[in-house]
Amino acid sequence: MTKGQKKLFMVSVVFAAVFGSVSNVNAMHIMEGYLPLGFCIAWGIVSLPFLAAGFFSIQRKLKENGKNITLLAMSGAFIFVISSLKIPSVTGSCSHMTGTGLGAILFGPGAVSILGVIVLLFQAVLLAHGGVTTLGANTFSMAVAGPFLSYGIYVLCRTCRVKRRAGVFLAAAMGDLFTYCITSFQLAIAYPAEEGVMVSFAKFSGVFALTQLPLAIVEGLLTVVIMIALENYAQPELRITGYLGNEKL
Amino acid sequence: MKGSDKKVIAAILLAVALIAIVPLFVLRGAEFGGSDDAASRVIEQIQTDYEPWFTPVLETVIGGEIPGEAESLMFCVQTGIGAGIIAFFMGRFVERRKWENNRS
Repeated sequence: MTKGQKKLFMVSVVFAAVFGSVSNVNAMHIMEGYLPLGFCIAWGIVSLPFLAAGFFSIQRKLKENGKNITLLAMSGAFIFVISSLKIPSVTGSCSHMTGTGLGAILFGPGAVSILGVIVLLFQAVLLAHGGVTTLGANTFSMAVAGPFLSYGIYVLCRTCRVKRRAGVFLAAAMGDLFTYCITSFQLAIAYPAEEGVMVSFAKFSGVFALTQLPLAIVEGLLTVVIMIALENYAQPELRITGYLGNEKL
Repeated sequence: MKGSDKKVIAAILLAVALIAIVPLFVLRGAEFGGSDDAASRVIEQIQTDYEPWFTPVLETVIGGEIPGEAESLMFCVQTGIGAGIIAFFMGRFVERRKWENNRS
């Protein structure tokens, strides 16, 4: 393990020790029927333009070069795999990752919103996980907010000449964490505590974000793994997406 | 694949496995409960009389909760679809690399 990874691992162990006593509350997507109707509709409306933009973005990318379909399919498949793995976390409950970072880095956040909504629909309909009524809210957190942050962080890292893989790690991990911060926020404004929205937000994010912290690290690491594999074997495709320039690896 | 890349991947996978498994050993007796039920507890803390106003479509159709085993089946299907697609394309990439190396 590199020094950085050792540190990350130690941090997660410390968290496990400190928060071992935290009561069990699990959370991933917002559960069916747990968001008041007004909020369901509002979040749906907010997500719609992003989905439309995403649809056109995918259409454009495929028109530019049909070969994009391979990595696009792999990005979608990555979300399928990653978001189906429920992993025990330091709070004593399980959560799962989002997997949206990879697609956001390769194709931009717009395209990922479509990939994300496919997974959310699959889970809402076939798994009773998440929900059809809360689809809008969950789409916004997982398929819009997270990927946008990932993309932003990746671009920022590239302009600041941070090492490519460090940028990939940061983008994927922060995007994952941000998704659950948004989920906390969505629940908080729907269920403000008597003391106010912020108290409620602290409560929800204390649960969501904390559970998600080690998982975000895992997601960052796994995204780096698949990137390494792609950098080694799929250079032509990566050049088409613009992930690689003309430099030789 | 470069040797250093292989080492990085091995190290990362080890770290991932540890992060995922360590809580099971450290937090003995913790529930590690299912996902969907328990965030509702926080909501009920805040708003004691809250009733979910919509039940999942599938639960309405089959008239009850999805059995745990069936749910894990569906999660596995989801994993399988994803892993299958990734493995298929990765396999093609790796073979293509071999071909190109042989030709040059």
